[in-house]
Amino acid sequence: MALFIEVQVAPELANDEANAKQLEEVCPVDVFSSKSGGALEIVDANVDECTLCELCLAVGKPGQVKIVKLYEDGGGALERTA
Amino acid sequence: MRFYEYESKQLLARHGIVLPQGSKVAHTPAEARAIAQEIAGPTVLKSQVLSGGRMKAGGVLFADTAEEAEAACAKILELEINGHKPRGVLVEGRQPIAQEYYLGVTWDGIAKQPIMIFSDMGGIDIEEVAETHPEHIGRKHFSTLIPFSDHKAKELVASVGITGSDLNRITRFVAPLARIFAKYGLTLAEINPLVRLENGLFVAVDAHVDMEAEAAGEHKELLAELGIGEDETRQARPPTPFEIEGKRINEVDHRGVAGNVTEFKGSLGLIIGAGGGSLTLFDAVKKHGGDPANYCEIGGNPSVSKVCNLTKLILSKPGVEKVAVMMNVVSNTRVDLVARGVIKGVIESGMDPAEKIAIFRIPGSWEGDGFTILKKYGVEFCDRSVSMYEAAGRAVAKMRSV
Repeated sequence: MALFIEVQVAPELANDEANAKQLEEVCPVDVFSSKSGGALEIVDANVDECTLCELCLAVGKPGQVKIVKLYEDGGGALERTA
Repeated sequence: MRFYEYESKQLLARHGIVLPQGSKVAHTPAEARAIAQEIAGPTVLKSQVLSGGRMKAGGVLFADTAEEAEAACAKILELEINGHKPRGVLVEGRQPIAQEYYLGVTWDGIAKQPIMIFSDMGGIDIEEVAETHPEHIGRKHFSTLIPFSDHKAKELVASVGITGSDLNRITRFVAPLARIFAKYGLTLAEINPLVRLENGLFVAVDAHVDMEAEAAGEHKELLAELGIGEDETRQARPPTPFEIEGKRINEVDHRGVAGNVTEFKGSLGLIIGAGGGSLTLFDAVKKHGGDPANYCEIGGNPSVSKVCNLTKLILSKPGVEKVAVMMNVVSNTRVDLVARGVIKGVIESGMDPAEKIAIFRIPGSWEGDGFTILKKYGVEFCDRSVSMYEAAGRAVAKMRSV
């Protein structure tokens, strides 16, 4: 179970095959896995490996992907705003 | 990486160093008999173990006939020396010795250059000779950057008063040994004794070679030719299951280094590193009276899971009460990722990070996030304003209060 990082992906993005594939490709530590048919899976075993590189935030529309630092008071979420 | 005597001698022989007659390894008494028959004279049989004290333990026997050699080999193969079973028995011809000499090449850490050492008093501990008869020892540094000249070797031998044909003959051992040392990344190349036989010829009766562990990758071909497998660590003792598991954890994930695990009997687990920092920190822990349970270097930005698995391994060792995570200032390893890995490892071991982590001292990249993580889990940490020595002291003090 991830202790330090939480990844939130908006359902409409997670269900889009092209975006799911793009998330899988950009993540350097394999947090995302795209399944055939479009569904996105978050690989729980790799979530704590997140290096906060923010590459995933560029996929989809602003706010569709959020990276939450669970160790910061108040969440400390990273997301694209524009 | 230590070489067996027979491997050391094979390496020396490739570079023209003269060995005793025969000089082959037998794995069975029948093979020893065949080698002794070829030699057709008195032989010496030596247990091939990576340990000293062979003579005292009965691992070196003499034989006058092939039958005696066969029986001696059978005895030696049964013999365990300091916990080591022999890999084989070296069978060599034995001739009357007129004089023994010592010849060694090693690394002088202070001068930061290789040093050749020669003495006309061989066959015994060179340290003893240095104390009791310093006038019988010659020393000479040389550079690895320029080709080694025979003249240097001659100067060394002449420095203990040897002249004439003996000087020329001994030079033919010294010069190749120095070149072998530099060429193969050795930490020690030793012939003890180098002997002058009664007929005036010189032979290398015993030899000892140690290769820098990091040089092994560069000399794979040589090691394969000598029959040294890639899985052989050749340290002073065989690796423990704990050390093997540490190596496995390092190898299954290419990200960073979390390895070079060496096991000790203490109670403080150490996750240490950074540009010589690991040795400095280990020494500091010892200096403060600490009792390390292990030595484990990390660096190169290991993954969270790698550090986590390593922490779990260290905590799984009976007798380990706490771990200290300490590095020099780092730019190539992220503080937050190491903090995540260590804390995760402690929690997955069913323990409390605040209780189990004695000190966390890794200043460097992403330390802001790292310190936030440590604070959240109640782990004592410090930044670069606290020296490595002081951090080690804090860890040891915490162990005393357990």
